[in-house]
Amino acid sequence: MFKKFMALLLVVFLGAPVAAEPLRLTITDGVIEPLPYAIPTFQAEIAGSEDMAANISRVIAEDLSGTGLFRQIPSSAFISQHNFNTTPAYPDWRAINTQALITGAVAVQGGQVVVKFRLYDVFTGAEMGDGQQLVAGVDGWRRLAHKVADQVYSRITGETGYFDSRVIYVAESGPKDNRRKVISIMDYDGQNTQSLTQGNSLVLAPRFSPTGDRVLYTSYESGSPRIYMLNVSSAVAQPITTAPGNMAFSPRFSRDGQRVIYSLETGGNTDIWMTDIATGQHSRLTNAPSIETGPSLSPDGSQIVFESDRSGTQQLYVMPVTGGEPRRISFGEGRYGTPVWSPRGDLVAFTKQNAGRFHIGVMRTDGSEERLLSSASGGFLDEGPTWAPNGRVIMFFREALGAGGGPSLYSVDISGRNLRQVPSNGFASDPSWGPLLR
Amino acid sequence: MQTLTKAALIVLALSTAACTRPDRFGAGNSVDLNAAGGAGGIGMSGLGDVNDPTSPAYFQQNVGDRVLFAVDQSTLSAEGRAVLDGQAQWLMTNNDYLAVIEGHADEQGTREYNLALGARRANAVYEYLISKGISSSRIRTISYGKERPLATCASESCYSQNRRAVTVISIGQLG
Repeated sequence: MFKKFMALLLVVFLGAPVAAEPLRLTITDGVIEPLPYAIPTFQAEIAGSEDMAANISRVIAEDLSGTGLFRQIPSSAFISQHNFNTTPAYPDWRAINTQALITGAVAVQGGQVVVKFRLYDVFTGAEMGDGQQLVAGVDGWRRLAHKVADQVYSRITGETGYFDSRVIYVAESGPKDNRRKVISIMDYDGQNTQSLTQGNSLVLAPRFSPTGDRVLYTSYESGSPRIYMLNVSSAVAQPITTAPGNMAFSPRFSRDGQRVIYSLETGGNTDIWMTDIATGQHSRLTNAPSIETGPSLSPDGSQIVFESDRSGTQQLYVMPVTGGEPRRISFGEGRYGTPVWSPRGDLVAFTKQNAGRFHIGVMRTDGSEERLLSSASGGFLDEGPTWAPNGRVIMFFREALGAGGGPSLYSVDISGRNLRQVPSNGFASDPSWGPLLR
Repeated sequence: MQTLTKAALIVLALSTAACTRPDRFGAGNSVDLNAAGGAGGIGMSGLGDVNDPTSPAYFQQNVGDRVLFAVDQSTLSAEGRAVLDGQAQWLMTNNDYLAVIEGHADEQGTREYNLALGARRANAVYEYLISKGISSSRIRTISYGKERPLATCASESCYSQNRRAVTVISIGQLG
């Protein structure tokens, strides 16, 4: 009785003032209150689809709540059940302060999963966008869930999603002084891990191609560090013919996937080079006695950001790809390395070391508005940021120093909120976030 | 089962090690450049008697196979140069040996910068040995950055041992 009364009160107080505002979550840099949403377990349209329906509903909720931008209302609070084919009982959802309602139905038949979903703006009492139906093989059920979550995220925030994406990384095992390292791939949430190399040779820092079909990495397979290109679906790797030198490492693809930008060491000196994969033509981008490494291209391909110790310590520089004088952009305390240009083009992510602490941070491409997103202290090291395809989240690795320590993957919003460990089997380092899958 | 896998891995490692850098040492050499004492991989090479001045064991223990560096530096210290004088002398006398100089960094730094720093350190040793008359055809360098620490504690007592360049010697047939 009392509960019902409270519910009515809430309708009156919460229903009226917000009713005119369409649902929109603007992702800003400030602290925001997570948006409350409800996702009644998707209906099984065919008997036997119940488990799949529950799993898909759960993964959608994990994706959304995992962003820190959304808060799931527990089903124990629900007042009414929902039938996918009817209009929601909006007052019942408003009563428990639901702002977004996600409903769906699942059918598993003949090795295929069919998911239907609809998204409702509860306070305006209207559907947001059209209902959709998605189909995949049973093995691809997690992707279906990620796709639905991406749609929900995108419709509410106006930004592209990033849940249906994969991350390439290095799985590490064995003692710290003789680590076995294997190039591996996983879903963005740490699921569906798969090894892509054998672990016979030391491998470092894999980097996805813009289309996610190939990976560049550094391997000691030949006896010296060399750059290899791996085909993700066949897991076949081949060396890239770089400009001649003692050691080639730190590779990244250009945005068109045609060229490789990397570091080349000759006679103890490391500079930045670019090689066209098809033609084998090399061009030298820096020529200095200092260490130049960690190059990353701007999205339009016109500029690179890289690290150099030409000033005496590691700092970040930007220069045109066609050559010219590098312009230093990092001026804070400490040293800066591993710069990565954001997919939106507006920011550079980096690793910063200052006063014995490691941080992941971002700054504008002119070096202004530096913001630290993580701070590792007490025997930990943060390193190696990589951007989510929508440029809103960064993944990196945090390594526990010392004999028994090892690295784990973490993600954090570019606002510095929602720092989370990404699940993995064992140690994981050097993440590279791939594109949104199609 | 596990032992079998391990054995298979060792065989693989050995077979890849054998074809290292034929460009520098002439075609057809069968030298294991990851010989014992190095951190680079699994290698096998006779150490010999530590009392035999022509043995790798003597080189490692009596001559000294490594030099250490200050944080972020690749400049050779006076002690380092003294060790390298001994190495140069030893390599002059035992001229059927080849040397791989492995440059390393401590873990207080980013991966790629440390690779470049390790290369700088290895090259400092390389240049010094060349200046003492060792033929460049007998030496090559490799950097492991922070990938192969010698000491694994999270303090300066370990880091100082890891900021090193190690001269790993092995018998070769020079073409």
